[in-house]
Amino acid sequence: MPSLPLQSQLINLFAALLLLLAFAMLTQRRILSLIRLFAAQGFVLALSTLVVGYATEQPDLYISAGVTFVLKVVALPWFLHWLIRKLNVQWDIEAMINIPVQMLIGIVLVIFAFNLAAPISEIAGTITRSTLGIAMASILLSFLMMITRRKAVSQVIGFLAMENGLFFAATSATYGMPMVVELGILFDLLVASLIFGVFFLHIRETFESLDIHHLEKLKER
Amino acid sequence: MSQASAVVFQILQSVLVVLIAPLVLGWVNQCRAWLQNRSGPGIWQPYRVIKKLFHKDAVLAHNASPLFWATPYILFGCMWLAVGIVPVLATSLPFAPAADVIALVGLFALARVFISLAGMDIGTSFGTLGARREMMIGFLAEPAMLMTLFTASLISHSTSLVTIVDTLGHREFVIYPSMAFAAVAFVMVLLAENARIPIDNPATHLELTMIHEAMILEYSARHLALIEWAASLKLTAYITIGIALFVPWGIAQAGDWSGLLVSLGALVVKLALAGAGLAFLETVSAKMRIFRAPEFLGTAFLFATLGMLVHFLLEA
Amino acid sequence: MDLALFRPVEAAVTISVLWLGLGGAALALTRAPRAVTGWLYPVGAVVALALALIGFWVMSAPASSAVLPAGLPDLPFHVRLDALSGFFLLLLGGVSFGISLAAAGYFRGSETQSSGLICLQYHVFLASMAFVLIADDAYLFMVAWESMALSSYFLVTAEHHSEQNRRAGFLYLLVAHLGAISILLCFGVLHGGLGDYTFDALRRAELSAFWASVAFALAFFGFGAKAGMLPLHVWLPEAHPAAPSPVSALMSGVMLKTAIYGMVRVIFDLIGDIRWEWGLTVLLFGAATSLFGVLFALMQHDLKRLLAYHSVENIGIILIGIGLSMVFFGSGHPAAGALALIAGLYHTLNHAVFKALLFLGAGAILKSTGLRNLNEMGGLIRYMPHTALYFLIGALAISALPPLNGFVSEWLTFQASLQAPLLDNSVLRSLVPIVAAVLALSGALTGMCFVKVYGVAFLGQHRHEFISDPRPASPWERAGMFWLALACFALGLLPVFMVGELNNVTRALTGAGLPEQAMASGWLWLVPTSAAQASYGPIIFLLVIVAVFAATFLVVRLIYHGRLRRADPWDCGFPAQTSRMEDTADGFGQPIRHIFAPVYLIHREIPRPEDPRPVFRQEVEDRHWYWMYQPVARFVEFLSGHFGRLQQGRISVYLLYSFLTLIALLVFAQ
Repeated sequence: MPSLPLQSQLINLFAALLLLLAFAMLTQRRILSLIRLFAAQGFVLALSTLVVGYATEQPDLYISAGVTFVLKVVALPWFLHWLIRKLNVQWDIEAMINIPVQMLIGIVLVIFAFNLAAPISEIAGTITRSTLGIAMASILLSFLMMITRRKAVSQVIGFLAMENGLFFAATSATYGMPMVVELGILFDLLVASLIFGVFFLHIRETFESLDIHHLEKLKER
Repeated sequence: MSQASAVVFQILQSVLVVLIAPLVLGWVNQCRAWLQNRSGPGIWQPYRVIKKLFHKDAVLAHNASPLFWATPYILFGCMWLAVGIVPVLATSLPFAPAADVIALVGLFALARVFISLAGMDIGTSFGTLGARREMMIGFLAEPAMLMTLFTASLISHSTSLVTIVDTLGHREFVIYPSMAFAAVAFVMVLLAENARIPIDNPATHLELTMIHEAMILEYSARHLALIEWAASLKLTAYITIGIALFVPWGIAQAGDWSGLLVSLGALVVKLALAGAGLAFLETVSAKMRIFRAPEFLGTAFLFATLGMLVHFLLEA
Repeated sequence: MDLALFRPVEAAVTISVLWLGLGGAALALTRAPRAVTGWLYPVGAVVALALALIGFWVMSAPASSAVLPAGLPDLPFHVRLDALSGFFLLLLGGVSFGISLAAAGYFRGSETQSSGLICLQYHVFLASMAFVLIADDAYLFMVAWESMALSSYFLVTAEHHSEQNRRAGFLYLLVAHLGAISILLCFGVLHGGLGDYTFDALRRAELSAFWASVAFALAFFGFGAKAGMLPLHVWLPEAHPAAPSPVSALMSGVMLKTAIYGMVRVIFDLIGDIRWEWGLTVLLFGAATSLFGVLFALMQHDLKRLLAYHSVENIGIILIGIGLSMVFFGSGHPAAGALALIAGLYHTLNHAVFKALLFLGAGAILKSTGLRNLNEMGGLIRYMPHTALYFLIGALAISALPPLNGFVSEWLTFQASLQAPLLDNSVLRSLVPIVAAVLALSGALTGMCFVKVYGVAFLGQHRHEFISDPRPASPWERAGMFWLALACFALGLLPVFMVGELNNVTRALTGAGLPEQAMASGWLWLVPTSAAQASYGPIIFLLVIVAVFAATFLVVRLIYHGRLRRADPWDCGFPAQTSRMEDTADGFGQPIRHIFAPVYLIHREIPRPEDPRPVFRQEVEDRHWYWMYQPVARFVEFLSGHFGRLQQGRISVYLLYSFLTLIALLVFAQ
């Protein structure tokens, strides 16, 4: 196998780190560690966008990287920290269903995503085409995380991590999204987090807990 | 690179590593003491302990079988062989073709089985407790280690440590993302197999929290000295395997005397850094509940398997 | 090499008939059971050794075939001895030599009326297995297969007074016949309508892709049922413990391997054109079987049942090797396929040797102490030191620890799985590492299980109050175990010879073998592909460990001293250390029960706090009974119930049936 140029290797490395962080989030019980991992994921994403921008000489990717850094490494984690302090759940530990089973399902999802992305990777023309499979895998893994969690805050973090994966997929397949689309998505994300925050405060007032299973009381029967 | 100088290198490596293994352990303990704001016993303390133990009379329980007193010697022999195989100072040594990475893992498994059997030999509850817990850690750590080594083998198309070091160290610098996964898994396995925090506290004296110590509670004198020495050899072997896989630059070829000096210097620096890093990891973590350990190791196993999968996607 | 008057195939046939003759002699000598155990088993052992030598000779010799004067007038028996049959004959002969020696010791001293019958069935069992291995047409194969099943059924139900043994025998016969029907159908598909059932004709028949896959599925199901593959394994843990220990050793060690022989013969030889999808199926079933087997073995406290579950696990490992081989052959990589096939066949031999050794050890324990439950044993190393040593060798071998033989075949299987980058299909390339991970996991779990077995049975304090001290094993039993332990060492320390022979077998079977550089490194180093890629030198292992052992022993005594004294063990302040304080077998397996809880079906009965006599009961069951077997059984009963309506009990109705049949035949005769 001929050796790839340094930039491609760096991007592959960042892709692997992204996947590693997605798996690590699956196994975390503490909300504080989840937020830190999310911030780390945002950082890796910003770096990767920076390298792609440098390699393909597209200056708007620099702006994109900057915006990602500001939003996902600084703003959103700060907001989440504030939220969990307000809700008083910062020291909560979740009792999760079997971690090994979750990780096995995660591996099956990774194999599935890799096989799904293989034909697309072949026809894409970007230098990052082999990372499409990893991006899809991290989207699926974050989705899995949302499904298996009981506390609302972890579900939100799963949702945000899914967006990270989506962003990475966009970078790998098409060198980033048009700036308008990107700014729109990021703004939506910010607004969604604010709304989540308000909702959680209300849920907590009503049910005295953020365990989403209590929402089942809202069933018809 | 004549046969004779290769043999000399082999002997040099084996003897040197066996002699400095307690020093590595002493350095790790000293770093830990400094990080915990204590003054510590000094880096030569393990040597003093081993010397003291050799002087004592050995005491065996009434119902100890020959397996019990033979195990420390077998353990020591296994660890001696392990450090002879891993390319610590030089590659292409005469012993190197005797075992590849799979055989190395098998060698550690052999040592683990014997020490567990020795733990069960006397028939007290502590020995069987230690044996049970050690095998519980081992049954996940061994596959995780194997998968980590397989990732390196897939990259270098060989399971021979010599070829792996040559590929990763002497060719051009390439970043392998699968090695990122493998590195995380390897560190986790190293902590588990060598009975370090967060799996086991090597300095505990509460029997119910012990894993490794509980198995060797009955040993005394020269048997205990050999087991302690073998434990420090195991830690050194694991660190040198990690060095060979992840930071292999500087390892000499057999027969190259000038390269040997560079290799020695590099080894000292790497061992010091690794020991300090290990002490740091131990200080920032807390010991886990015993049934969190399989989760920890299961995570390591799955990371290692994932590393292999990432290799097939990104690097093949 | 082909001596004109003494062809190997005729020698093999003669020897198998000799076994039948011994069985007949046993029947004649039913009134004199002492003579039976004293003479017939040892003679059978010598006969086995002769068969093993012939098998070894044939592995490098060209094939020879013959037509026997037995059988039906138009369908005589064909026999053929080629390299593959030679290898399995070596396995049969070599392992049954050890087992027959031990059987001579096991059955001595407890002769009853049925000793002669057991000896008859034992030798008929051996002879029918030999005929299965040399059969060259479907007819002889099925006759020998059925006699193998029937004779082993009688051996399993030898102690028929126990209801559990009868049930076990029934289940065994049921699954064996399901498999036999499948194999028969497979032969029917293979012969392609030509009417000639010799294996030559079956080889030559051209099959379409669909029928070839049907034949593969039937063969896999049929031979898998006999081998104890998931999910057709339920008879193994019932039948193997029910039989007397030498017979369990024979069944686990040799009979399961005839199923592997059948699979390899039919798929590689008779069907021929292998597709990688078949290989993937075999691979996945093998991986699931091995993990399942070892997880359930960890839960057992009956020693023989535990060993039976380990047989399930090892069959899984063999199937992983064979599956890998089929995947590589089907994807156009014959060298890698040859390596995987050699790995699978090597493990077949290894498993036969160490499993027989372990069962003989269990038999020695049973004979000396009457105990089969691990929770009642303990401290036996003091009373039965030889058995303890041989059992230790067997336990280390099955845990795949260097430098013994189990490690060599697992090493070869791992090397084969590391050839995965050759494959083009991305699904396969991702799955082969996962299978390697499962193999590593089951190997590590086996080590845990045997630490449990050895520690609980032989080490520690004894849990059972013996009336008199257990006697060590008899010299015959020790001889048998010694032979098998020696084989473990030989196969582990000098693997290059056997790999070279297996290379011949693979070349004769598939036309592909290991690359040239592989065997060029001499007898010391095992090099499957090239020296730069992987090598293993087990003799160095053993020499270094022994040398360091001896050197340290002497040096320490020289520099310091060798003083020793005995004292009480550390009791942490509790004075009365009884055997109740050490782990039981179930206690040792508790972490696995906790971690893998969803796999098992656990019934627990926990006492309440106010119980005056608290009892804790725990039962671990196999879910396959409820998922597969009971629904199938209910369905069969439902169908039979409906068919039962045909039996009206009235004569006029039965006459009506005959009348209707007559009319139908007259109509069709037109």
